[in-house]
Amino acid sequence: MQKTLIAFGSILKKDIQNYYLKPPNISWGIIFPLSWALMQFISSSGSLEMRQLLPGLMAMSVLFGTTSMLAVTITFERRGRSFDRLLLAPISISTLVMAKLSGAILFGMLNAFIPVFLAAYFIDLTGINWYVVLTAVLLIAVSSALIGLFIAISAKEVFEAQTLSNFFRFPMLFLCGLFIPIEKLPTVLKPISFCLPLTYGTDILKGMITGNAILHTLVSFSVLLTFCVVLFYLCQLNIKRKWIL
Amino acid sequence: MAIVTVENLRKNYDDFEAVKGISFNIKQGEVFGFLGPNGAGKTSTINMLIGLARPTGGKILIDGIDAVKSIKKVQSIIGIIPDENNLYPEMDGFDNLCFCASLYGMAKKERERKAKELLEQFDLAKAGKRPFKAYSKGMRRKITIAAGLIHNPKILFLDEPTTGIDVESARQIRELLLDLKRQGKTIFITTHYIEEAERICDRIAFIVNGKIVKEGTITELMENVEREHKIKLVLDGNVEKLKEEMEDIFSNCHIEIPAENSCLLISQEPVPLSPILQFLDSKGINVYEAKELKPSLEDVFVKVTGIRASKLVKEKEKVGR
Repeated sequence: MQKTLIAFGSILKKDIQNYYLKPPNISWGIIFPLSWALMQFISSSGSLEMRQLLPGLMAMSVLFGTTSMLAVTITFERRGRSFDRLLLAPISISTLVMAKLSGAILFGMLNAFIPVFLAAYFIDLTGINWYVVLTAVLLIAVSSALIGLFIAISAKEVFEAQTLSNFFRFPMLFLCGLFIPIEKLPTVLKPISFCLPLTYGTDILKGMITGNAILHTLVSFSVLLTFCVVLFYLCQLNIKRKWIL
Repeated sequence: MAIVTVENLRKNYDDFEAVKGISFNIKQGEVFGFLGPNGAGKTSTINMLIGLARPTGGKILIDGIDAVKSIKKVQSIIGIIPDENNLYPEMDGFDNLCFCASLYGMAKKERERKAKELLEQFDLAKAGKRPFKAYSKGMRRKITIAAGLIHNPKILFLDEPTTGIDVESARQIRELLLDLKRQGKTIFITTHYIEEAERICDRIAFIVNGKIVKEGTITELMENVEREHKIKLVLDGNVEKLKEEMEDIFSNCHIEIPAENSCLLISQEPVPLSPILQFLDSKGINVYEAKELKPSLEDVFVKVTGIRASKLVKEKEKVGR
C-alpha cells in the first residue's frame, strides 16, 4: 500500500510540475473562460449579472482545464514512449489512471475557483452552499478528465487528441444549458443535452449560485456520479484493450 | 535452475502470427541473447515477457511467478531497458532516476542515494542536473539503462541496448553489461550485433519469422554447424603463380589469395602445415605467420538463417536508430 502511494504521489507530482504548472497551460485554462465571460457581459450591455455568469464560467474552466490537458499529456507521453514506463511499473492500471486523473482534476478545480475569487471582489457571494459547489466542481472535473482520458486512449498523435477534445467539448458547451437554457433548445436536441455529464454539473452550479436549476440537486449528483463510474470503467477496459496489445 | 521459462509462446496480431510457439529457458545468472532480423518476433517476445503485450497462447514463468496471470508481481522484480530512450525530456537525469525509483515504491532517501550512486557508476554525475533532452545519444542510453537498474532488479530485459550510439558509449555499455554478468545478474538481451552477443551472452537463440531456429551456448552453436578449416598464411611473396600447383599437390585444399602477401587454405579436414611450409620454402617463399581462422558466430548465424549479418545492421540503421 505504501509503495503504491509513493508511486501515485510521484506520478501526480511529475504531471503537475511537467505539464500543469507550465504558463501556456495556466493561461489557456484561465484566459479562455474569462474572455467568454467578458464577451457575454459586453454583448448583454452590462445587463447580465456577474452572479449569473459565474456557473457557466466555472463549468467552462473545469472542462477546458481538464479534457484537453489530460488527453494531450497522455498522448505526448505515449508518443515519446515514456508512458510505457508507467505501464511497466508494478502498480495497477487503476492506480495509474487515478494518478493521471488526479493532476487534471486538481488543475480543473483550481481553474474553476479562480473566477470565484475574482468575482468575490465585486459581488456578494454569501448564502451559497460552497460544499455542494465544491462537490459539483469535483464531479465535473472527474467526468471531464475521464472524457480526456477516453480521448487519449483513442488518439495516437497530439494534434489528434486536441481535435478530438474539441469534438467533444464544443457540442457539450452549446448543449449543456450554458449558452442556451435547455428548455429553449429545439426538441431534437433536448435528449442529447441530457446525455451530457456537463448538463448535470452546470445545473447544480446554477441551482446553488443563481437558484435556477431545472433538476433536483440529488438527481444531478446521482447522474453525474453514474457518468463518472461508467466512464472510469470504460476507460480501464479500453486501456487494457488498446495499450496492452 | 531456470529463472525464466517460456513454453509454446504465441502472439498473433489479427491474422498475422508474430511469434509461433517458441520455448526456451534462462538460468539464474545467465545472459541470454535473442538474435534475429527485423520483424523476426524479438520485440513481440520481449513485450510479452515484460507485460506490454498479451500472449495469444503459451506459458511464461518468471522467478516462479506466472507472468501471464500476475504480471504486476513480475514487474516488481524485473528491470526493463527499451529500445528507445523513454525518459522525460524536461526532467534532469537525477530527477528522472528518482522518478523511476518511486514507481517501484522506493522511499525518498533511498531513491536519491541510489540515483547518485548510478550517476557516479555511469560517469554521469556532472550531468545529473542537466535536462534529459540536452544529453547526447550515448548519455541518454546510459541513463535509460541506469533507470532500469534503479530498483536492483533480479532480471534485466534489454532491447537493443547499443543501437544508434557512438562507439565509445557502446563499449562502456558492453563493459557495464559484463560487470552485471559478473555480479550474477540474469540478463535477457535482444540485439542485432552478432559480435556483441558473442562477447556478452552465455546462450543465444536465433529467431526468424517468429520461430527459434537455433539455440545453445556459443560453443554448442559453433560445434553443431558443419565447419571448414581455414588457415591464413602471411608470406613474403605472391603465390598466385603457384596456386594451381599447390592445389594439385595438396588436393584436399582449396586455395584463395585474398591479398598479395597472403593465402588462405580451405579444407573440410584438418590441414597438416609442415608439407605446405616445406613446399613454399622450396619455392623460396618465407612464411611469417600461419593462423587458423575459426568460424565465427556470424558464420553460424548465416548458415542457420540464411541471412547476412550485415543485413541486420543495415535494416536497423534504415529505421533510423
